Amino acid sequence: MSASDLLQLAVFLIPLLLAVKPLGWYMARVFTGIVPQPVRWIRPLERMIYRIIRVDPDAPMDWKQYSFAVLALSLVSVFAVYILQRSQSFLPLNPQEMSAVSADSSFNTAISFATNTNWQGYGGESTMSYLTEMLALAVQNFVSAAAGMAVLIALVRGFAQQSTSGIGNFWADLTRGTLYILLPASLLLAVVLVWQGVPQTMQRYHQANLVEPIVAADGTTVTTQTIAVGPVASQVAIKQLGTNGGGFFNANSAHPLENPTPLSNLLQMVSILLIPAALCGTFGEIVGDRRQGWTILASMLVIFIPLLVLTIYFEQQANVRLADLGVVGGNMEGKEQRLGIANSAIWATATTAASNGSVNAMHDSFSPLGGLIPMWLMQLGEIVFGGVGSGLYGMLVFAIIAVFLSGLMVGRTPEYLGKKISAYEIKMASLVILLPCAMVLVGTAIAVMSDSGRAGIANPGPHGFSEVLYALSSASNNNGSAFAGLSANSPFYNGLLGLAMIVGRFGVMIPVLAIAGSLSSKKRTPTSSGTLPTHTPLFVVLLVAVVVVVGALSFFPALALGPIIEQLMLK
Amino acid sequence: MNTHSTTRSLLQKEILLGAIIASITKLSPKTQLRNPVMFAVYIGSMFTTFLWLQSYVVPSSEPSTFILGISLWLWATVLFANFSEAIAEGHGKAQADSLRLSRTQVLANRLTDAKSRQVTQVNSADLKLGDLVLVEAGEVIPADGEVVEGVASVDESAITGESAPVVRESGGDRSAVTGGTRVISDWLVISVATLPGNSFLDRMITMVEGAKRQKTPNEIALAILLAALTLIFLMVVVTLLPYSAFSAQFSDSGTTISLTVLVALLVCLAPTTIGALLSAIGIAGMNRLSKANVVAMSGRAVEAAGDVDVLLLDKTGTITLGNRQATRFLPAPGVNIDELASAAHLASLADETPEGRSIAVLAKRNHGLRGRDLELSHPKFVPFTAKTRMSGVDLDGQAIRKGAAETVESYVRSLDGIYPDEVKSAAKEIAKAGGTPLVVARNNQVLGVIELKDIVKGGIKERFSELRQMGIKTVMITGDNPLTAAAIAAEAGVDDYLAEATPEAKLELIRQYQQGGRLVAMTGDGTNDAPALAQADVAVAMNSGTQAAKEAGNMVDLDSNPTKLIEIVNIGKQLFMTRGALTTFSIANDVAKYFAILPAAFATTYPQLKTLDIMRLSSPSNAILSAVIFNALIIVALIPLALRGVSYRPVAAAQLLRNNLLIYGLGGLIVPFIGIKAIDIILSLFTA
Repeated sequence: MSASDLLQLAVFLIPLLLAVKPLGWYMARVFTGIVPQPVRWIRPLERMIYRIIRVDPDAPMDWKQYSFAVLALSLVSVFAVYILQRSQSFLPLNPQEMSAVSADSSFNTAISFATNTNWQGYGGESTMSYLTEMLALAVQNFVSAAAGMAVLIALVRGFAQQSTSGIGNFWADLTRGTLYILLPASLLLAVVLVWQGVPQTMQRYHQANLVEPIVAADGTTVTTQTIAVGPVASQVAIKQLGTNGGGFFNANSAHPLENPTPLSNLLQMVSILLIPAALCGTFGEIVGDRRQGWTILASMLVIFIPLLVLTIYFEQQANVRLADLGVVGGNMEGKEQRLGIANSAIWATATTAASNGSVNAMHDSFSPLGGLIPMWLMQLGEIVFGGVGSGLYGMLVFAIIAVFLSGLMVGRTPEYLGKKISAYEIKMASLVILLPCAMVLVGTAIAVMSDSGRAGIANPGPHGFSEVLYALSSASNNNGSAFAGLSANSPFYNGLLGLAMIVGRFGVMIPVLAIAGSLSSKKRTPTSSGTLPTHTPLFVVLLVAVVVVVGALSFFPALALGPIIEQLMLK
Repeated sequence: MNTHSTTRSLLQKEILLGAIIASITKLSPKTQLRNPVMFAVYIGSMFTTFLWLQSYVVPSSEPSTFILGISLWLWATVLFANFSEAIAEGHGKAQADSLRLSRTQVLANRLTDAKSRQVTQVNSADLKLGDLVLVEAGEVIPADGEVVEGVASVDESAITGESAPVVRESGGDRSAVTGGTRVISDWLVISVATLPGNSFLDRMITMVEGAKRQKTPNEIALAILLAALTLIFLMVVVTLLPYSAFSAQFSDSGTTISLTVLVALLVCLAPTTIGALLSAIGIAGMNRLSKANVVAMSGRAVEAAGDVDVLLLDKTGTITLGNRQATRFLPAPGVNIDELASAAHLASLADETPEGRSIAVLAKRNHGLRGRDLELSHPKFVPFTAKTRMSGVDLDGQAIRKGAAETVESYVRSLDGIYPDEVKSAAKEIAKAGGTPLVVARNNQVLGVIELKDIVKGGIKERFSELRQMGIKTVMITGDNPLTAAAIAAEAGVDDYLAEATPEAKLELIRQYQQGGRLVAMTGDGTNDAPALAQADVAVAMNSGTQAAKEAGNMVDLDSNPTKLIEIVNIGKQLFMTRGALTTFSIANDVAKYFAILPAAFATTYPQLKTLDIMRLSSPSNAILSAVIFNALIIVALIPLALRGVSYRPVAAAQLLRNNLLIYGLGGLIVPFIGIKAIDIILSLFTA
């Protein structure tokens, strides 16, 4: 790694880590109902919302009611997004006169945005009307992220409180997360992005005359270009902050209007990890022991930073085939020249560590091992930062497993934050690990066995296999990034990946809420020197080991047949 | 000692033989289904056997001998797992058998009329609750019960292994008798307290034999995690078939991975080491407890023992030696210490109480006073009475008395003597320090004070600090006043004490700790301990105690040794640690197995994967076979550890974890690399 790589890494990481403590504290305040002074003026709006939806924010729900509320919201969301896409041609704010989106693509997109995945089988600027972008997709970007945070807070409450069945009120958590956290932050980011040149308009697309006409493949001369615009900045801000990742344009943040400058690139990269990282601080605040939050954050960083450095390293290596032709330098295929290798590698690692999925380079063109890392980060279950809320609750489930194994080794019934881990929690935690993992493996198997699955594969051999494996890993873990190369906008993949997204979202959420309910009803055991401390470097090592070993053991064979063999065959 | 070890090795041989037979009988699907991890191996064994047979009918890409080799080693894996469980059960069974010998049916003398001692002989199986039976010297007690009349010495060696007879009498805390034990002298009238088949002995037999062994909560939790892991690996392996077919087709080389290899991979990845040994670990834990002469009423109690946060310990017998002892002579002003010692010695010669004897011992040891010839002096010993509250001796016209400070003070004053202030303050000091002062007077002259103290058992302070390191809080329970209690507590190094303890206060204390989320363990023997025993999470009743106490507890200590609680906690902790250590070891093993099997499995499709074969194994088939053989043999190698338990040292949790992670985590990572390579070298000798 060069000095410039290191500098870019530092410029990215330092502001991110500095934000953890204040933002973590702020969010803890918001979710415990103590609204901080600077945003207290929003309270009347919050109260008005409760009055309209007829909810008592102080009436706690048990875990089943909470789950039911989450599912109900998601179901309504899927319907709304589906109907808006299907009927957009009759609705206003459609200056480009987009026709209705196909049934299977609408189904896929509706699930994708309601589950915070933002897998995009479509190209934004050629498919969606402005109304669909704003009312269907942007709304889901807020709501699905806030729902993830709400479920996390419910789990954290399970640790913090004792002997009660209530784990909070979902509607209150959802409202607070949106009003006090996501909306103000997105507004701020959107304004800065507009300043940097990201469009925010309701006008039609622009027609520009080419300075130098080009001849298309079919022999016709092209003299004009359509420049797509729209309400972009508002969409991009929440796409990053809510770990959604769904781009306004097909090229996502590699598009010059979606990510025009180095500053916009940096701000977007930091925004990807901002809330997931800060939620670790929130966790520590709410359970009353900040060290617990720092430990989880440290564990994430211990996985994240080496993988980040490795990705940069692999991409800096020359492609051996091209080197034979005399090409010097690292792997620039599929990367924006204005962004360069380091920024593309950092983004790729960050966007897959968090379940964001936005891209500023094409992962399909990464070197085999450089592409392996984003894929594996998703396969770990999107818990290294992960989605807003969903990443941390996944990580806490792994912490429960780590505590269970290590707690046994100190000769006691394992306990985490004073809560004894019993068969019920282990059963639910097993589901959390098992379901997305099964979805990836079985989904990939179905795709490579069926003709319609094979039809979408662009490249032969191991790379083709990687494309399918990447798509399933992305959808099953609610990431949404695509390896490209795979033609996924077919009824087969729209259906299969839609199912994968549902399993990956609710197959994890519901067991997590069950754990929250079970923990909440337990007593809190006071700590003693016989208790396994969960705020030490040793625990970081242990948690990292459990995450890495489970991830490696589950996916090693599949990865061996994809990127690993591809790398070995290059030589 | 010698005969003991020979019987033991004979026993070992018998257990071994029994275990080998049981490993085969345990092959029934019903038994196998109880353990999901091993059931997967069991199905795999059957499946590969089928593949082997099929290979003679349908041509196969693999040599039949390879399939047979895999299949045989998979069966061996199942048998080894069965064996480990059977051998653990065998130890318990041996113990149960010896207990059962003492449960022979006897004829009981049922009292038809309590007054006239009219008896009818009935079979012990026909006794009913509340029946009164007469048991005379030489007879076997027919059922568990409560002594209602009489005093007798009873030989309880059948259940405790302790040959010295114990006294059982009506009333008090030594009134419980156990069916199957033998009255040696005198007679007892016993009220039958349990129905036949439900006696203490019966429950003990069921427990150690494991017939009604239910999985404990933590065992269930671990089993779920292991099943989930197995399921993940099942999916990994099953999906590898289409992946392999796809890869072979697209790369246009090699063949799809064979079913034999897939089954081998599944068995190697599944946590078979811990899966095979899990049940043996639990049974062995119970056995270790039995070996310590403790009978647990449930496996749950053993687990709870590992979790205990607070130990309530009775002062007397646990923390201090049974009785107070004289430790110092403090002479009054103007009195020589030897003079005081001599007088105290004389006053205590006829005092047979432990305190009195300890005064004589102290005088003898520190002042060279031996038994003297008192024939000439015509001593007249004055025993302690409730009225005088003093004891002593009259000889040579002198009246020597010793007694509590206030009593002696009024006695001396009544004889117009002076009670010196120095003596008064010395007595106060002693009381403040937790001791008991006895004042000695000769006629009307006060000679000085004897200090009687509770003697804290040697080494107990270190034991408590060990417990503190383990995160266990010790609380001393005593009937003493708070002042005395505080002094002894400080000397013994307990964390807290409950003075002037009543049964209600004990119960309240336990509830308080439990409210705070702590798990409480205690020992008890008296009927008045029963409510507290019932409330405590781990309650160890002394075998010498009452029936009520034993019913309320969830463990019975046959040795009636209150310090045993600490040992029980250790056994509980070992149980958890052994499970954790072997699980970690088992999972860590998988890394090496991947490196052995994957390159071998795809040798035809992707020969480049050979790069991953860092062990440089001799051939693909040997690589797979080596991994499977290692997987089977490691179970056998770890059986002794499973039975013995991981050794436990009382250190802080963090250090314990670091040590165990190094040994079983890192060890589990490295050992299979060496093991698989070694097996491969041996195999290559045969195949080359």
